[in-house]
Amino acid sequence: MDRLAFDIAHLLAGSLVLASFMLLYQDRLYAMLNLFALQALLLALSVAWQAHIQGASHLYVTAGIALLFKAILIPLALHRMIERLGIHREVENVVGIGLTMLAGMALVALSMVVMLRVTAEADPLAREDLAFALAVVLLGLLMMVTRRNAVSQVIGFMSMENGLILAATGAKGMPLVVEISVAFSILVALVVVGIFLFRIRERFDTVDIRALDSFRGERR
Amino acid sequence: MSVLADHAVVAMLLVPAAAATLLAFIANYRLAALLNVLAALCTLLAAASLAWFDRPPPGRYLLIDDLNIVFIVLGSFVGFTTSLFSASYIAHELDIGRLTPIHLRFYHAMYQVLMFAMTLALVANNIGLMWVAIELATLTTVVMVGLYRTHEALEAAWKYFILGSVGIALALFGTILVYMAASPVVGVGLDAMTWTILIERVPAFDPALLNLAFVFLLLGYGTKVGLAPLHAWLPDAHAEGPTPISAVLSGLLLNVALYAVLRFKLLLAANAGALAPGPLMVILGLASLLFAAFMLFRRRDIKRMFAYSSIEHMGIITFAFGMGGPLANFAGLLHMSMHSLTKSAIFFAVGHIAQAKGTQRIADIRGLTESHPALGWPLVVAVAAIAGLPPFGIFTSEFLVVSSTFSREPLLALPLALGLLVALSALLLRLGGIAFGAPSGASAPVKASSAPLYVHLALVLAAGVYLPPPLVAWFQHVARMLR
Repeated sequence: MDRLAFDIAHLLAGSLVLASFMLLYQDRLYAMLNLFALQALLLALSVAWQAHIQGASHLYVTAGIALLFKAILIPLALHRMIERLGIHREVENVVGIGLTMLAGMALVALSMVVMLRVTAEADPLAREDLAFALAVVLLGLLMMVTRRNAVSQVIGFMSMENGLILAATGAKGMPLVVEISVAFSILVALVVVGIFLFRIRERFDTVDIRALDSFRGERR
Repeated sequence: MSVLADHAVVAMLLVPAAAATLLAFIANYRLAALLNVLAALCTLLAAASLAWFDRPPPGRYLLIDDLNIVFIVLGSFVGFTTSLFSASYIAHELDIGRLTPIHLRFYHAMYQVLMFAMTLALVANNIGLMWVAIELATLTTVVMVGLYRTHEALEAAWKYFILGSVGIALALFGTILVYMAASPVVGVGLDAMTWTILIERVPAFDPALLNLAFVFLLLGYGTKVGLAPLHAWLPDAHAEGPTPISAVLSGLLLNVALYAVLRFKLLLAANAGALAPGPLMVILGLASLLFAAFMLFRRRDIKRMFAYSSIEHMGIITFAFGMGGPLANFAGLLHMSMHSLTKSAIFFAVGHIAQAKGTQRIADIRGLTESHPALGWPLVVAVAAIAGLPPFGIFTSEFLVVSSTFSREPLLALPLALGLLVALSALLLRLGGIAFGAPSGASAPVKASSAPLYVHLALVLAAGVYLPPPLVAWFQHVARMLR
């Protein structure tokens, strides 16, 4: 394994985790969107680098998809949506920022410990990648749990999918079928979410999930 | 004969896909409902032919084996009867203006997309393809649940979407880990995701990676099975969507997710160094059973109550498969089939009842056997069956689960029996109010065919009284295969 190639892959995957962390403490929607676009760009670079060192040209397609859809089109679309719907620009948290960051650190430590121990015999490049990917997935999950606003939950979901793609490309030679379908299903998921956001807006003039929670469980 | 069987597999996938495309363009809802029934019937015939004739050899992407044929036949049967029920149910929704024709067109197309996705998930020989199919099924049901666009329906669909996609994401991570474990042994590429190759070569896989993968897969697909504590989406999705979708969710989709868990359980069981998957499933199953049994008492919404009953029964089934061994597996398979038939029958009855009464509130539905005897009595029978009273099939399977547990792990049988009894008393308590006493609310007669309801109940009764020997031999064979 070429030392430099390894370090660059490491650097890119690590910056994805960093971007996930920064997403955790944003309190404005636009800033959050910009950061998400940055994370998607990092993902595209990371996937392209993997394509280069693995000599797997089909991964460039995945990188292209990440760049085009996740780094450009989706942030633009969400940006317009926030503007047109007049969504409240501040993000409400369920728990405080400090506590969220601590939980985030614990999750990253957990994923490092678990993955590095379990994959001791696997290809070193793949195992570091996988550890970072798990951290991104868990941080995305944390973000979905700690945010009330529907748009930021969607961003949390997409950053989680970024982690999944990082994992899929890190696993050497994983068939393209799956990668395309991953990208495709994200799109489908987004269409669904988009429809939902519009429908929610249509009815209640808010995209705050808490407003939906007013009817808890049972109908009375 | 093998050529014919090959065609049957392709037909099972092509018919729903073609029907979905066609239904998207048909504006006349009567014609659409008819076409929906016809497509479901064709799928059922193709599935049944697979059980009769020789099976095709496993391909690179598709596979028919002893395990999934049970799920396929059961699933396409419930899919067919539900499409019959849906035809009479949905016309009423149009009459009272809850749905518009354009919604109906969307609904029918989505119904077939769902059938396609579930069949694909069952016949996939590739763990990635299976994942894609289950994700497609999830997304379709999300939009179906939100179909009424009321406040509650949107909340339910959003909750389902968030929890469902978290589950699906965890399952994908697990799938990637399985690939990572397989690729050093099998070699990179498609082979390392092909089920038939994985199960052959699994003894040489790295056990630590497999263990970690199974935890992710169990949590991910377990969310879709509705196991506690990941069940939060299930009651809302059942209560707020159209009733045919509740029937399909309980009777079909939960089984498909369970099938995925079983596949990976088989993989782990074949690797000597990996952890035993049984205890994890036993714990999750027991937790779901006990939790849902106690939750049954406080339900006010009739569909929500039966949704909790689904969590309870999925708990029992997961528990049985977790215990493992020929007898418990046999009981699990039987319970799964019986639960699918009974629970969808209950939703058929509940759908018409809620339409007749104009409400889903249990407090407003009284004395059904007097006001609507044609629906009330079958509901009494169906609830007695789902509660586990003899002489129905669920009694047989629950008895088998309890007795096999008692002989092997007497301590585990205690919480199991407690959960069953609590659920039984809760269901009978509610049933008393719903079915007997002075009728309340609207008493307009229901113009609907109850044929699917009667057929399901007759099958459950027949299975409880007499299981034909070929069927028993078949289930025993699959139970042994499951270890």
